[in-house]
Amino acid sequence: MRHIISMLLENEPGALSRVVGLFSQRNFNIETLNVAPTDDPTLSRLTVTTHGDERIIEQITKHLNRLIDVVKLVDLTEGAHIERELMLVKVKAQGSARDEVKRTADIFRAQIVDVTPSVYTVQITGDATKMDAFLQAVTPLGVLEVARTGVSGIARGDKVLSL
Amino acid sequence: MIARFLKDEGVEYIYGYPGGAALHIYDALFRQDDVKHILVRHEQAATHMADGYARASGKPGVVLVTSGPGATNAVTGIATAYMDSIPMVVLCGQVASHLIGEDAFQETDIVGVTRPIVKHSFSIRHPSDIPTVLKKAFYIASSGRPGPVVIDIPKDMTAPTERYEYVYPRKVKLRSYNPVSRGHTGQIRKAVDLMMSARRPVIFAGGGVITGRASEALTALAHRLNIPVITSLMGLGAFPQNDPQSLGWPGMHGSYESNMAMHHSDLVLGVGVRFDDRVTNNVNRFCPDARIVHIDVDPSSISKTVHADVPIVGAADHVLNEMLNQIGQRTEAQEPLDEWWETINAWRDERRGKLYEPAAAGEPLKPQQVVEAVHRATHGDAYVVTDVGQHQMFAAQYYKFNQPNRWVSSSGLGTMGYGLPAAMGIKLNYPDEHVVLFTGEGSFQMMMQELSTCKQFGIPVKIVNLNNASLGMVRQWQDLNYKSRHAHSYMESLPDFEKLIEAYGFKAITVSTAEQLEPALEEAFRSKDELVFLDIHVDPREHVYPMQVPQGAMCDMLLSKTERT
Ligand SMILES: Cc1ncc(C[n+]2csc(CCOP(=O)(O)OP(=O)(O)O)c2C)c(N)n1
Ligand SMILES: [Mg+2]
Repeated sequence: MRHIISMLLENEPGALSRVVGLFSQRNFNIETLNVAPTDDPTLSRLTVTTHGDERIIEQITKHLNRLIDVVKLVDLTEGAHIERELMLVKVKAQGSARDEVKRTADIFRAQIVDVTPSVYTVQITGDATKMDAFLQAVTPLGVLEVARTGVSGIARGDKVLSL
Repeated sequence: MIARFLKDEGVEYIYGYPGGAALHIYDALFRQDDVKHILVRHEQAATHMADGYARASGKPGVVLVTSGPGATNAVTGIATAYMDSIPMVVLCGQVASHLIGEDAFQETDIVGVTRPIVKHSFSIRHPSDIPTVLKKAFYIASSGRPGPVVIDIPKDMTAPTERYEYVYPRKVKLRSYNPVSRGHTGQIRKAVDLMMSARRPVIFAGGGVITGRASEALTALAHRLNIPVITSLMGLGAFPQNDPQSLGWPGMHGSYESNMAMHHSDLVLGVGVRFDDRVTNNVNRFCPDARIVHIDVDPSSISKTVHADVPIVGAADHVLNEMLNQIGQRTEAQEPLDEWWETINAWRDERRGKLYEPAAAGEPLKPQQVVEAVHRATHGDAYVVTDVGQHQMFAAQYYKFNQPNRWVSSSGLGTMGYGLPAAMGIKLNYPDEHVVLFTGEGSFQMMMQELSTCKQFGIPVKIVNLNNASLGMVRQWQDLNYKSRHAHSYMESLPDFEKLIEAYGFKAITVSTAEQLEPALEEAFRSKDELVFLDIHVDPREHVYPMQVPQGAMCDMLLSKTERT
């Protein structure tokens, strides 16, 4: 099963490489990875999506928790949560395809954020399945470049991941 | 600042080797007398010395090396300590901060290189951070599940021209590191339920019992419930082997009765063990009838290889005492174990007197009989250190340990060359004890330059070289799996060990027959302050048995060259 694991990480040099290194060292897979600062300057938030059965996910979370730099960790997929990713896609937009791209973007509530005579750059947010669906829809039109941020997520309701 | 901290931390010895990036630190050491530095002949030896000391004392060993090659030479020793959860602090010099990343002379990203083999690592960013970082390093290395911690120290961080206020930090707090101590009462209750009702229980105790100083609690619990005790190789001595409840150690070359008992058990109480593949054999066939209770301070050890039915995260000492407590309050009777003990004793009887055949007159000595003779000569209470190979297994099988912290051997990584420096680290700190190294001519030659360190600092270890003129363990595998094609498992051109040892000014005795053995041992162990090297020529054809059959269950063993379970 796919899991979204989010953690607060000491904002120290080397912390990120310890997390990433753990995955390769223990033969765990990383599908997406997203890291950014938080409101607390001493902490970053890191989110990974990974696949595995229950036993593997348990091992992943235990080993991550064992890292001294990991301050707190949550497997978001264990409860109700919001998952978001942002993607920028350059799509060929010439002739009749130009309208088709625009229409598809509208259907997905994506925005066209940059325009040239031959290319639209589309920005889309949502969960990973939405990204995949959009890509599938525009692939026949000619996708030139894809930039995805990787999944970020947060639990629904009052539950918070903080110190 | 570093020297002052080490003194305040109570460090008596550090082991190391100087070089450019560490010279400010060496100068500071020169100008004080509290912390003594042992100059090794290779940085790997410094880490093994620290490791040996740590295993014998339970306290972290401290290493000091320079940047680049100094630090990379230490890598094998760091990995060795990591695999066996040994507390160690490794101070590495580094090129000056402004040069980092420029491929400067003797620059290596040692934090990067060691990342997968340390518990944690630090880089010093400001000289005033030194005391707190060091304190954190000692705390992390020695608490919870111990392990090595590397500290990278750029040269400018120790510049003698800059002065900073020094305060010894008595305590450090790490918001993201709080090793557990107390186990969950409810889980402990579940475990006790199982223990009271089990018909064929075994206790399986590992290195965690030794690190966690829980031998007493373990022994009390085992006696209270009359449960047979198996210790892992790392746990040798956690339960006295002269106790009738001791079944020895299990696994690839473990005792017949311990492998049989564990396989047929209905409850395994694992304490501070990690159920590694050298014990379980094929995990899918591991203990088919047993429920597993697993106590460990490190949650990530639990259910890693073998699923735990009752996981208990906590310090062994606390959990075992809490179990005793709860058992004391129980009113129900424990399931009787008489039948179980009958079965176990029958297994014991099956192999009694059949473990190996001592050499007949005129035949080469058997390594097993040498270990037994050393056990007698040292009254079974020496510190026993080994290298890696057949001799290591024979030492573990035939030396019997009644106390914790006496058996010192690289188990997880199996590092040849570990033995001599580890033995030195112990002897230096316990000068009034016998420290015996069982080594093989292969392993010994990986670190024999350290004889020079023994000479400089007067470190009189006793070296028993079980010389089979071959890489015996490799040869055994080749005999069994490669139709005796001995690819590079024998050693032509062995040195004349007697002359070699004498070149360093030490005593060497060559033993090649049974009659020579006892007198040589007597001479070797007469005093505790003379280094003696016994070059004992043993039968090169000998194999270590029992030996688990690959991919089988624990109970599938070869028992000799001709017998199989
Ligand atoms: C550094 C290192 N290299 C290789 C090995 C693989 N290995 C395991 S046992 C062994 C042979 C050891 O020979 P020796 O020290 O003479 O011991 P013996 O088995 O003959 O008793 C080898 C090569 C190892 N464990 N460590
Ligand atoms: Mg040998």
